[in-house]
Amino acid sequence: MNKERKVNITNETTWRETTPGGVILDAGNAEDFKTGDWRAMRPVWYEDKCKHCLLCWVVCPDNSIKVENGKLVGFDFDHCKGCGVCTKQCKFGALDFVPEE
Amino acid sequence: MAKRVSLSGNEAVAFGMKQINPDVVAAFPITPSTEVPQYFSQFVANGEVTTEFVPVESEHSAMSACIGAAAAGGRVMTATASAGLALMWEMLYVGASMRLPMVLAVTNRALSGPINIHNDHSDSMGARDSGWIQLYGENAQEAYDNLMQAVRIGEHPDVQLPVMVCYDGFITSHAVENLEMLDDADVKAFVGEERKAPFALIGQDPVSMGPLDLPNHYFEHKRQQAEAMKNAKKVILEVAAEYEKLTGRKYGFFEEYKMEDAEAALVLINSSAGTAKTVVDALRAQGKKVGLIKVRVFRPFPAEEIAEALKNVKAVAIMDKVDGFNAAGGPLFNEVVSAMYGKADGKIVQNYIYGLGGRDVTTYNFEEVFSNLFNAIETGKYEVYNYIGVRE
Repeated sequence: MNKERKVNITNETTWRETTPGGVILDAGNAEDFKTGDWRAMRPVWYEDKCKHCLLCWVVCPDNSIKVENGKLVGFDFDHCKGCGVCTKQCKFGALDFVPEE
Repeated sequence: MAKRVSLSGNEAVAFGMKQINPDVVAAFPITPSTEVPQYFSQFVANGEVTTEFVPVESEHSAMSACIGAAAAGGRVMTATASAGLALMWEMLYVGASMRLPMVLAVTNRALSGPINIHNDHSDSMGARDSGWIQLYGENAQEAYDNLMQAVRIGEHPDVQLPVMVCYDGFITSHAVENLEMLDDADVKAFVGEERKAPFALIGQDPVSMGPLDLPNHYFEHKRQQAEAMKNAKKVILEVAAEYEKLTGRKYGFFEEYKMEDAEAALVLINSSAGTAKTVVDALRAQGKKVGLIKVRVFRPFPAEEIAEALKNVKAVAIMDKVDGFNAAGGPLFNEVVSAMYGKADGKIVQNYIYGLGGRDVTTYNFEEVFSNLFNAIETGKYEVYNYIGVRE
């Protein structure tokens, strides 16, 4: 884990160590879990058409649009669950939505 | 100083709740709920408690609101009966698995159908595997005493589970009896001013509760919940010992009545124990070695202790005021017999389904059961699964 957590829950955590009733003590700990592994569709980025308006970053419910220095650089596929909201809102045809292979 | 009062079981529980002054009481305001929320809402209206009373649209919502309030960190209580408890079912499991201490006063009443509002144990016995601790009481005094202890048991750091306080509908809930109530100050000191929640939605440390729990974590949480129920056994006895110091009234997992040298014994729950004790006394006067065990704690089930208490009897009749419809025996029978296996073997064990839907349970019924037990001891012949008090 790269973050300091009150408790690190992993697939190795025993019943003695886990939290009662699965209470989540750390805000934002979804980062520790690959929540995108059941994705059926995935976004595809055409860099040449992208204006870097970053509205895709605004609408993404899973914080899975990667941005560096104010520019889109790709997707966090560990957490993208393939909802397609980013592709739907793109006005420049820079985001396509295709089935997972 | 404790005071002597004459109250119905429901009044005793409602007055007890007033003394405890919980943060939230969420309850369905009409039948199949009980008089308890009605009495309690008067205390709220009169400003005698600081509790937030939430009258909800159903029992499912009552338990849901209780779960929310307990997740927020509050001390939470509610009451219901019969079909009301049945409608809470889904949420009972959620409350227990979220490890939220709450106290639910259950007046034991039959489940429909055919439609019936009278006493038996089909409501709380149906909820026996929901993960709640279950305490049963013979009379208004025991209902009141169990209520006080329930708060402490459920909120203990090693337990953190909700508790049902069960007592017989109408027989105990509506009959006026003499009992001893604690002083308000003693109640405050015993239960503590407020609940100390290890995690809560309200407070300095924000948490999320009740998350999706898929196959790689759910099992661990269930194992932890099972451990809490095991821990409850120790805590129940500790709390009872403390309560005895305060009141002089002794509580354990079950009450043993004239069991020292008993050859034939009954095991039963709640108000019928009073009737059965009368029969035990009468048969003892005739020189017959009889006794009874009245189970107070059904969840967690005191398996080892019950087996130990029955190890010297020759024959035992386990009385169920509910049928599990497995064509083999009621829930108390199943628990007691499996507890005896390997620890109190070679006994004659009989199961009697009795008193369903408020059918009167008389001394004659228990005389007949004891007579059957002695007959079984003599002849070795007996039926295991029986109905008694039904028109044949």
